[in-house]
Amino acid sequence: MIETLVTHAPILIIAAPLLVAFILPLIDKVSKKGRNILVLCAVVFTLVLVIILYQDVIENGMRIYTLGGENAHVALPSGYHVPVRITLVIDALSIFMVLISSLISFVGLLYSFAHVKGEGTGKFYTLFLLMLVGMLGMEMTGDLFNLFVFLEILSISSAALISFYIRKGQPIEASIKFIIISSLAALFVLFATGLLYGEYNLLNMGALANEINSQTGGLTLLSQLAFILLLASFALKAGSAPMHMWLPDSYGEAPGAISMFLVAGTQASLYALLRVCFTIYNTAIDASIIGGLLIILGLVSIFIGVTMALIQIDIKRLIGYAAVAEVGYIFLAVGVGFFELAQGELSAYGLKALQGGIFHIFNDVLDIGLLFLVTGAVIYMTKETNLNKLGGLARSMKYSSFFFLIGLVAVAGLPPLNGFASKILIYEAIYKVSPLLSIIAILASIFMLAIFVKIFYSVFMGPKLSSLSDISEAPKLMLASMAILSGIMIFFGLFPGYIVDNLVTPAVNALVDNFTYITTIMGGI
Amino acid sequence: MSLDTFGGFWSPLVWLLAFIVTFLIGYILWGLGEKQHKTGEQLKPFISGLAEGSKEDVHVKGGNIYWGFTESLKEYYKYATKMHTGILNDYILWFIGIAAIFFMVVIIPGVIW
Repeated sequence: MIETLVTHAPILIIAAPLLVAFILPLIDKVSKKGRNILVLCAVVFTLVLVIILYQDVIENGMRIYTLGGENAHVALPSGYHVPVRITLVIDALSIFMVLISSLISFVGLLYSFAHVKGEGTGKFYTLFLLMLVGMLGMEMTGDLFNLFVFLEILSISSAALISFYIRKGQPIEASIKFIIISSLAALFVLFATGLLYGEYNLLNMGALANEINSQTGGLTLLSQLAFILLLASFALKAGSAPMHMWLPDSYGEAPGAISMFLVAGTQASLYALLRVCFTIYNTAIDASIIGGLLIILGLVSIFIGVTMALIQIDIKRLIGYAAVAEVGYIFLAVGVGFFELAQGELSAYGLKALQGGIFHIFNDVLDIGLLFLVTGAVIYMTKETNLNKLGGLARSMKYSSFFFLIGLVAVAGLPPLNGFASKILIYEAIYKVSPLLSIIAILASIFMLAIFVKIFYSVFMGPKLSSLSDISEAPKLMLASMAILSGIMIFFGLFPGYIVDNLVTPAVNALVDNFTYITTIMGGI
Repeated sequence: MSLDTFGGFWSPLVWLLAFIVTFLIGYILWGLGEKQHKTGEQLKPFISGLAEGSKEDVHVKGGNIYWGFTESLKEYYKYATKMHTGILNDYILWFIGIAAIFFMVVIIPGVIW
């Protein structure tokens, strides 16, 4: 039974939420309680499968699932030279990302049960599951065209959820901006996929990596152009400055749990960027130039993110800008790792930078996610997003303010929480490239502390305001989801060595080892 | 449990222990402090003899925190806020601009040399 589950887990992880998403509107007509139970079952089932698959991938290595093939574990049918079927590829990096997405979906769902009520709730959960499917698909697909398809599923469902509450029209504006920007990025991805298909007759990422990396005489102009289109598109979707403007708009207007889920969505795009850079192109492209570009994008994101966050008075837009800065840290670390890859063999500090960057992906989703959940609860209770109109809420929302404090410490990179563990890896590793990079990164963390102290002070501290005198604590399910995230963050913070050894290092090894990726798909070529 | 960083290691449990010890020392020192200090009237802020307003009225609002910092960087913020127009065309322009820079940095050197 378990073996069958493990064998078909890759497709079941995508199929279960997809199937339930389409059944849900029908169940919604019959029973609201049944609908909630069904959506919870789908998300929990997915999460359990992901945990089972995670154990399998860590113990037995990368797993392939070929759709429609005689043998699901073989990507290359006998007599064929290239994979022709749709393939799901799950290595330690994929499963790391899938674990993040499924965990966040579970927490987000619990939160939404308390947060989302009234007309259209059934549609909300359908879109929620489709968003999860988009994310999981992007993180598990083995070919570029399906990456585009799942990116579209993620974008369309996200856009619909951003404007789930219409509130004076701003969410609709944010949603339209989001869908246009996402469509543009997806169009560029499709164009790049077309270029690569025209060049190599291939869509499979492993087969493409094999062709691109075995080319003598350098990359063709079209392959380089495809790379640039993919890099720019995924950097845009990951929220890197100066292409970040859509991000505070969208995060700022979406319902609380969806803002958190959007953070996981941007990380799925970041994952796609990593796959393109490290797995498909690797050293076939000039890694020192690309690494340098990623470092610059990281620095710009950090600088613009923290300075713009400092002047915001809308609580969710402020966190949106902080999220841009957090993405900057990941770009910085990954850039240093890719820069180091140009030297042929990844140095010890290149590896540490990548460990810091990959660890920070998880921490970013947890930290920013928790802050979005708390602010979502504040907005839910007070109906107010303006920092100037909030204050003294620690008196009536004791638990929420405590969870915000945990998020504040973590996102500012203060010990002993998880944010510090990943940031110290980044600081020390990037110091070897340039001490200036470390100084900027540390200064930005101090700014981040200042930014969140500002929110904490203006929302939770001070006298109880007369306009907010009848505010009570957030519903229990909202608090429970905040508690789950806080618990994970504290665990990650207190046992960082365990997390890095068991979760992060396998993912980093899978990222830098594109040889294993290629040979597993191409059957030992 | 501890994390090996490039330059050394990070042990949160040692840090926690150090934090608890420091906190206890601080708490003991605080406990040994002057017990005869007065309370009540003496604790009220002195505002040039004026009566103190209500706590709600004198509370510094979120938008005013770090005013000095943002004021001293107003030239930067003038440019930075202008950059964030909120207009979708500008968002797309930034994207196309960055893609063009990537193109120039990655492809053009290879074509020239």
